[in-house]
Amino acid sequence: MDMNAYLSMFIDESNDHLQALNENLLQLEGAPEDLTIVQSIFRSAHTLKGMSATMGYEDLASLTHEMENVLDLVRNSKLKMDSFIFDTLFKGLDALEAMVQDIVGGGTGKADVTALVAVLQSIFKGDYKSNAAVAASAPAAAAPAANKPAAKGLLDEFQTSILQQSIESGHLAYHITVSINEDCVLKAARAYMVFDLLERTGEIVKSDPSVQDLEQEKFDRSFVVFTISKLAQEDLQQQITSISEIETATVTLLDEESLQLLHVTEAAPVQEAAPAETKAEPSADSAKNEASSQVSSARSQTAASSAPAAVSRTIRVDIDRLDTLMNLFSEMLIDRVRLEQLASEIKRSDLTETVEHMARVSSDLQNIVLKLRMVPVDTVFNRFPRMIRDLAKSLDKKIDLVITGADTELDRTVIDEIGDPLVHLLRNSVDHGIETIDKRIAAGKPETGTIHLRAFHSGNNVFIEVEEDGNGINRDRVLQIAIKNGVVTEAQAKSLTNDEIHMLIFAAGFSTADKISDISGRGVGLDVVRSKITSLGGNVTVESALGKGTKFSVQLPLTLSIISAMLIKLGSEKYAIPLSSIVETAIIKREQVLEVHGNKMIEFRNSVIPLISLSRVLESPDYSERDEAETEIVVIRKGDKWAAITVDEFIGQSEIVLKSLGKYLTNIEAVSGATILGDGQVALIIDPNALIK
Amino acid sequence: MGEELKVIVFGLGHEEYGIEVDKVRTIERLSPITRVPKTPSFIKGVINLRGIVVPVIDLRGRFGLGETEPTENSRIIVVAAGELEVGFIVDAANDVIDIDTDTIDSPPEIVGGIKAKYLRGIARLGDSRLLIMLNLSEVLNKNEIIQLEQLEV
Repeated sequence: MDMNAYLSMFIDESNDHLQALNENLLQLEGAPEDLTIVQSIFRSAHTLKGMSATMGYEDLASLTHEMENVLDLVRNSKLKMDSFIFDTLFKGLDALEAMVQDIVGGGTGKADVTALVAVLQSIFKGDYKSNAAVAASAPAAAAPAANKPAAKGLLDEFQTSILQQSIESGHLAYHITVSINEDCVLKAARAYMVFDLLERTGEIVKSDPSVQDLEQEKFDRSFVVFTISKLAQEDLQQQITSISEIETATVTLLDEESLQLLHVTEAAPVQEAAPAETKAEPSADSAKNEASSQVSSARSQTAASSAPAAVSRTIRVDIDRLDTLMNLFSEMLIDRVRLEQLASEIKRSDLTETVEHMARVSSDLQNIVLKLRMVPVDTVFNRFPRMIRDLAKSLDKKIDLVITGADTELDRTVIDEIGDPLVHLLRNSVDHGIETIDKRIAAGKPETGTIHLRAFHSGNNVFIEVEEDGNGINRDRVLQIAIKNGVVTEAQAKSLTNDEIHMLIFAAGFSTADKISDISGRGVGLDVVRSKITSLGGNVTVESALGKGTKFSVQLPLTLSIISAMLIKLGSEKYAIPLSSIVETAIIKREQVLEVHGNKMIEFRNSVIPLISLSRVLESPDYSERDEAETEIVVIRKGDKWAAITVDEFIGQSEIVLKSLGKYLTNIEAVSGATILGDGQVALIIDPNALIK
Repeated sequence: MGEELKVIVFGLGHEEYGIEVDKVRTIERLSPITRVPKTPSFIKGVINLRGIVVPVIDLRGRFGLGETEPTENSRIIVVAAGELEVGFIVDAANDVIDIDTDTIDSPPEIVGGIKAKYLRGIARLGDSRLLIMLNLSEVLNKNEIIQLEQLEV
């Protein structure tokens, strides 16, 4: 079998399962008693184990297997989660992730997991605690209780799914209760004969008591078998009862409903096991307290919903194909405009109608094509709760991460790039923002700090905010360091506003941390954050109040491929100006232009702003506003700086598809890219940021 | 006997030039070109090549041959070298021929006013026909563009 064909599927699914494991473990940490979470963790681990074993990644499989063993105990209430187990499981997850990453990178997925496996095994055996002797008896004591099945809680997840699948694929699944004559001498032999018969006609999924127990005659008079068989119900019953010394055989056909019942009742033995567990509790508790006393917890809650999200039906598509689709579609848009022009020239009503219909369909299509590329920010956010938890633990801080708006959608290309800057911002908040527990208490704040991570739409932009209730930015220290590091001169410093000073932390080579820590403070973080976000066409700002907290606000364009723009004319040439940076358009008379130090300025909304001649910047061959008594202007903005640029004529607003100028033409001043207009011509897109100095 | 090489033959002034066929993406008629400001004068601008924006260079200008008005025969040859995709405006694209690599001689210092480093060699075709083979990576060399810009300033 060619495994490569399955490799990408394996990688995708493994990543999904690892992510699910991570999320569920975090949830479980917040609610250690919730066994339904353990169930879903167990399911993910189990699937992962199966997949990696099939693909031949043995280390991956064996580590998952050990984790599964531990989880199985927890699931059956034979083991209580404590912070040691959580940490071990998280470490296990990290190792699994590293192995999967290795496989992604073309490696063999091999890793030395013996240490982790040993720890997991010791947890499994229950002797990981110092006072192991007593604690170890807890699972042992609990074991018999759990083994005694209540009602029909016999099937585990795996067996249930096998039965379910065979039912779905049209096989017959049976639940058989066999009783043997009271005076039978060789009960094991009779049981063997029944098994032999069942194995000849089908497959045994599960027996109770287990096969070993049956072989050693460790059963009373009856036993239960779950089997998949080719035979009809009556035939099977008749054949079993025809074996000598078998008293009765009750064969029940299983359908999906009864399977569900068997599965649901599984919770019952758990209840029974609980009292047994409590007996061993005190001894186990003392050990646990020691371990968890100084550990800070980082609970995280996804405010959106704690209920498992409804499973949506999806397929995976290569992003390149979506790009191709996008390109093809934008070509079609251009043809559409041509057709509309032709139709209006030819003036045949049926042609016009057809073209109009096509126009409607294609604008629907455009919406869909654009939506296809949109991904919820959750795909980036979902790794943060875990990250914050680990950071908080290593720094001895208590931090809640509250995520809102995780379903906000962004273009895939933006999503791919935004992860690292957000990691930087969050690390910065944990390290520099939130204070240590002592300091928080001294400042009269709750000892658990809160970081809000919000995402929301606003117009053509998506905002992502990282806000914490920590110490805030110390204005004076920022200034000191900025002056020391030569970011600003002392003279400049005097004239800076508070906000401007806060923005200094984004300058290259700036770090206010007194100590350099692992987490942040190498003085590269925020500088990189800003340049990355700017390169995505976005913007980052910071607001801070000393002692109350800091808020970083990242503004991002909704998509990098289609933007709204104002089309303008300069003589024979057409240009596009992104609507996002336009404040307004106006017409001014020549008398309104003022001269200040030889620079042209105009008065606009009670302030004086520079007037820039676009035709001069772009060296227009056949237009100059100098000949006109009245000029159209576009007022643009960069941050809070404004400027007016003169244009010849407005064409109108339009959605344009962004195209790059290619590798040959790079760094063209004042031009950020190109687009193709309805007539098939290329128009350049003006970069307003380059016009405002 | 050397290897066979398939080349596209195009005309520029009175000379005939050749580019290996596998470097050529497509040959197009002249379409409207959008000027790009603040670029060297031989960069004529960009065109829309079926949805992709491709820069266009006037080869006459690039070689300092003196630009002329385009004619009915003018073509844009779109070549791809490495990651670059660029269109060349040429006077005419005539032919596709096979040449023997053995017939390519190293170029003399200056051919028709073009510096030798832009050339890969000169192929003899028959008795009096010469084909000048272009060295694409040098023609598209961006460092030189930067130098040119500095000279202009």
